[in-house]
Amino acid sequence: MSGDRNVQTEARLWLAQRVSAMILGLAVVVHLGTIIVAVQGGLSAAEIVGRIGGNPLWIAFYAVFVIAIAVHAPIGLRSILNEMTSLSPRRVDLLCFIAAAFLAVMGYRVVRDFYLIGGGA
Amino acid sequence: MSEDTLTVSVWRGDGEKGAYMDYQVPRMESQTVLDVITYIQRRLDNSLSYRYACRVGMCGSCAMTVNGKPRWTCRTHVSKVAPDGKLTVAPLRSMNVVKDLSVEMTEFFDKWARAEGKFHPTKTRKDDFEKVSPTERKRKQASAGIECIGCGVCYSACDVVSWKPDYLGPAALNRAWTLVNDTRDGGQKARLQAIAGDAGCHACHSQQGCVEGCPKHLNPTASIAGLKRAAAMAALKGELK
Amino acid sequence: MSGQHRNHANYWAFIVHRVSGIALALFLPVHFQVLLLAVRKPASFDGFTAWAEAPLVKLAETALIVLLAAHLTGGLRLLAIEFLPWRDWQKSVVAITAGISLAAGLIYLLNVT
Repeated sequence: MSGDRNVQTEARLWLAQRVSAMILGLAVVVHLGTIIVAVQGGLSAAEIVGRIGGNPLWIAFYAVFVIAIAVHAPIGLRSILNEMTSLSPRRVDLLCFIAAAFLAVMGYRVVRDFYLIGGGA
Repeated sequence: MSEDTLTVSVWRGDGEKGAYMDYQVPRMESQTVLDVITYIQRRLDNSLSYRYACRVGMCGSCAMTVNGKPRWTCRTHVSKVAPDGKLTVAPLRSMNVVKDLSVEMTEFFDKWARAEGKFHPTKTRKDDFEKVSPTERKRKQASAGIECIGCGVCYSACDVVSWKPDYLGPAALNRAWTLVNDTRDGGQKARLQAIAGDAGCHACHSQQGCVEGCPKHLNPTASIAGLKRAAAMAALKGELK
Repeated sequence: MSGQHRNHANYWAFIVHRVSGIALALFLPVHFQVLLLAVRKPASFDGFTAWAEAPLVKLAETALIVLLAAHLTGGLRLLAIEFLPWRDWQKSVVAITAGISLAAGLIYLLNVT
């Protein structure tokens, strides 16, 4: 994401945000439902690890979830920073890129940890 | 204060300097805000500047801010907006004030042109007519937006216009959308280039101040949504710059 | 000049969507950090959940759920505006999204206490 404000980039970012929104729409509903079930009777590390750890379906689900977040949230923040601060377009794009990388890396670390519980299989 | 007098606060001055001045206007049956302003200018204070033309809800010239909302004053009954006998009238928001209630519409129409809101013909008089069925999807979409008379109410109502001076605005974008749907037009590529981006359709957050305000019940938000889709399709094909 | 304020449903929907988006964006890194504890330091994680039993924390969690549900339902509303044929019952949609958000929060609150 470079600093130039060309219209093609804006249109593509808009599309990327809407597509990631559709993915997140499904993912969040699944996640919320799961959380509401999981918190019944308290939540422990062992319970989470037992449910998610090493399970290929959950790992794949959360991997997609993390990628969608890393695309969706920074593009949203970009609009906010552009409209509500006096930061230059270049600076805004840089900050959002950093935010995307930050979210992606943090999310990746969590997904990887849970993946490795199953011995990487 | 009797029930048959209105207290009307009117903006006097330009956009920077000025103040609200109060006038007492006799209340009458079926009175519109335009009637009130006209009474003030003719009977109380002939230094007041304002605009109107048809006074029957066809031309859009009399648009002003009435009790905080942009409206056609000739179509705004006093009984509807000032049940307690108090009226505040100001010039339209987001436009430079010339004097009192008259605003500068130049930028509004410049943006219309910048959004490629004009028709680019592709045929000559020697060619046959283009056959466009009124029931075609594109024609219906165009027809839904072509009744715009450029009154500026939507532009004045739009929050994004008020935050972002170079935002093209609902009217210009609505017009561009009607032309995007015009199968006879030859300027589609340039138009999509003109309406996309953060001075264009991508700045719209669907707050629908325009929809709330349009006296002709047009829907610029839906038009802008259409432009977003069209721009995305063009961007995917690499047709934009 | 008088300050105009847009006092209609879709304006507030926009405000809620923006505020909830910011709140969620700030919450996520914290969320990821805490989840790392679940695998790497389960004792610390369980210590955290014990702390989170406090009523004020439960309330904050519920608020977060409401914000998440609000952002989700508001987002679905936007996707409908931008991709589906227009429907005129916009104001009702806003009311419905608000209702679902609060319902989600309530269901969470009932399950976590």
